[in-house]
Amino acid sequence: MKAMIRGNESIAYAFKLARVQVVPAYPITPSTLVPEKISEFIANGEMKAEFVPVESEHSAISAAIGASARGVRVGTATASQGLALMHEVLFIASGMRLPIVMGIGNRALSAPINIWCDHQDSMSQRDTGWMQFYGENNQEGLDLGIMAFKIAEDKRVLLPAMVGLDAFVLTHTVEPVDMPEQSEVDDFLGEFKPNYVTLDPNKPATLGSFGFPEHYTEFRFAQWVAMEQAKKVIDEVFEEFEKKFGRKYRKVMPEHTEDADIIFVTMGSMSGTMREYIKKLRAQGKKVGMVKITVFRPFPKEELIEALQNAKVVAVVERNISMGFAGAVYGELAATFANKSKKPKFVDFIVGLGGRDITFNTLESVYKVAEKALTQDVDDVNWIDVNKEAVYKSEGLQ
Amino acid sequence: MSQMTDMRKMEEEWLRTERLPHVWCPGCGIGIVLNAFLRAVIRRNIPKEKMVVVSGIGCTGRTAGYVNVDSFHTTHGRAIPFAVGIKFARPDLNVVVFSGDGDLFAIGGNHFVNAARRNHDLLIIAVNNFTYGMTGGQHGPTTPTGAYTTTTPYGNPDRPFNIPHLAISLGAPYVARWTTYHVNQLQNSIYKALNMKGFRVIEIISQCPTVYGRRNSMRSPMSMMEYFQKNSVINNKASYEEMELTYNGKIVVGEFRNVGGIPSYEERYEEIIRRAQE
Ligand SMILES: Cc1ncc(C[n+]2csc(CCOP(=O)(O)OP(=O)(O)O)c2C)c(N)n1
Repeated sequence: MKAMIRGNESIAYAFKLARVQVVPAYPITPSTLVPEKISEFIANGEMKAEFVPVESEHSAISAAIGASARGVRVGTATASQGLALMHEVLFIASGMRLPIVMGIGNRALSAPINIWCDHQDSMSQRDTGWMQFYGENNQEGLDLGIMAFKIAEDKRVLLPAMVGLDAFVLTHTVEPVDMPEQSEVDDFLGEFKPNYVTLDPNKPATLGSFGFPEHYTEFRFAQWVAMEQAKKVIDEVFEEFEKKFGRKYRKVMPEHTEDADIIFVTMGSMSGTMREYIKKLRAQGKKVGMVKITVFRPFPKEELIEALQNAKVVAVVERNISMGFAGAVYGELAATFANKSKKPKFVDFIVGLGGRDITFNTLESVYKVAEKALTQDVDDVNWIDVNKEAVYKSEGLQ
Repeated sequence: MSQMTDMRKMEEEWLRTERLPHVWCPGCGIGIVLNAFLRAVIRRNIPKEKMVVVSGIGCTGRTAGYVNVDSFHTTHGRAIPFAVGIKFARPDLNVVVFSGDGDLFAIGGNHFVNAARRNHDLLIIAVNNFTYGMTGGQHGPTTPTGAYTTTTPYGNPDRPFNIPHLAISLGAPYVARWTTYHVNQLQNSIYKALNMKGFRVIEIISQCPTVYGRRNSMRSPMSMMEYFQKNSVINNKASYEEMELTYNGKIVVGEFRNVGGIPSYEERYEEIIRRAQE
């Protein structure tokens, strides 16, 4: 069945179809519609769940942990400042190995206050031990939302997961989406059984207690192992999903890479713009391709090596910046290839921060630098579409 | 020039008129509160350089961007701690926190409680529109039981904060509540509070026809004002029970507490330093 829905609704429908039982949430632009839609589903009797209207995101994720520790399926949603406010507690969720799924409306961080799209919010949480998925469109939001539960709850994984959708570009944009039947999703996910120690009055346990130096590292290593295992589980779940629903997902999606000299790496909604731009360049005979990263944690090293190793230049196009270094994706990719004898030249492009549109002109500027990099040295990190003169002047550098 | 045009001119000096029109919806109550605030400040002859306005995030939080004094638009819920920092760095300033009910009592509730307990020298202007206005009308900790919001489509089961009761229980020396219908009383209340020390709380029941009123059969700004007019009862001696707000019920307003002579946190702090140095 086709449905016309906004990106936020794709997360809400994923929760409904997954029969999520508890949704604690605090509103924040641009993900507010998720809890609103959920409370509507619940109030209409379409969804049997508890909506917990907490007083902040810190409480939302804490309540999510409480519910998940009791052994029910839990979902929540937030963005930007809300996700940043959760930071402390995100480690608790992953450390306790609770398979919570969270929708993120990827939005810039303050200051200055900005409600529009970039990936800084979830990129800044990459070390919290959560898996991270990024959707290109609303269909992907829905599908990844459903699959995230299956991956997170797998005995070999038991890690929480975030599903990111670009602020406004996706969260507020209506797109046609193939809506699976409840029975199909039931069949795909199976009945929820917590594959972990839960709070149970008949078998009292203390959760979240101390880990002394004798044990702490083993707990951390267990999370590392789970993340490694997740790589395999993600592949299995993607394949099973494809068989059942006919839509193909891969951790990374290469397009036109076989003969490409320059490969662009993208994430999220910009991938659609890039695809069209590549068509244009290909029509001009340029050997260019792209790789879309759908799974950022665990970082798909093997697949990226496979997809990128034959390129001459890899242009990483990203909506986040680690000040004093480079974009996160660039850093991780460069490290992925650090010990490979054969490696492309990596060039980083910082684009689309705080909702600045990524247009063909943006990609044209990226391409020009990448093309130059085929034959010459270029800067490692290139800020695109930015009024540098104004900044240099205000910083007293002129 | 008449007194009225005089006041208008002076108010304009206190506003960043180049930033107008503001973002507030037609019929929103926040402008009424800002107006009352500016008039009180002008009457008190407070120099602009002696005033800082601190706001959190929300429709009310946008106030910080419109007042023509040093102002701080902080993060959601943290207006009070930012303000405490400012007050410590510059104890000579009048530090005013101008923010919404969600900002001050949901995500920032803990800061309100502790700053009140310590009696920090801050004036708190709390605009209570019963909802999270900026994010589109979800229910929050001030939404009356039974009210309809986007997250309580069949009525709110929660019990709202009784803000004056909360503030008084924590020892705040000045506590008042008005509605946007009570413009003069509100202005006088702010005028009084500006001249006091310690944690002063003024709650203003304000209309949000756009996301609250229209879901609660008060679609127009006028119908919300009429509700405030018809249902408000002035009672400075109200009991805590009487101060409680109910859905479409009576709104008890007044100056519930006005006690001078309670040393503020900053005064007690200075006293300790003075004694230690002796
Ligand atoms: C940490 C964080 N969580 C959530 C938000 C989203 N948000 C912005 S304003 C707001 C509530 C505003 O309500 P209120 O404080 O009552 O002010 P009003 O808009 O009604 O004046 C929320 C939840 C945010 N900006 N930051």
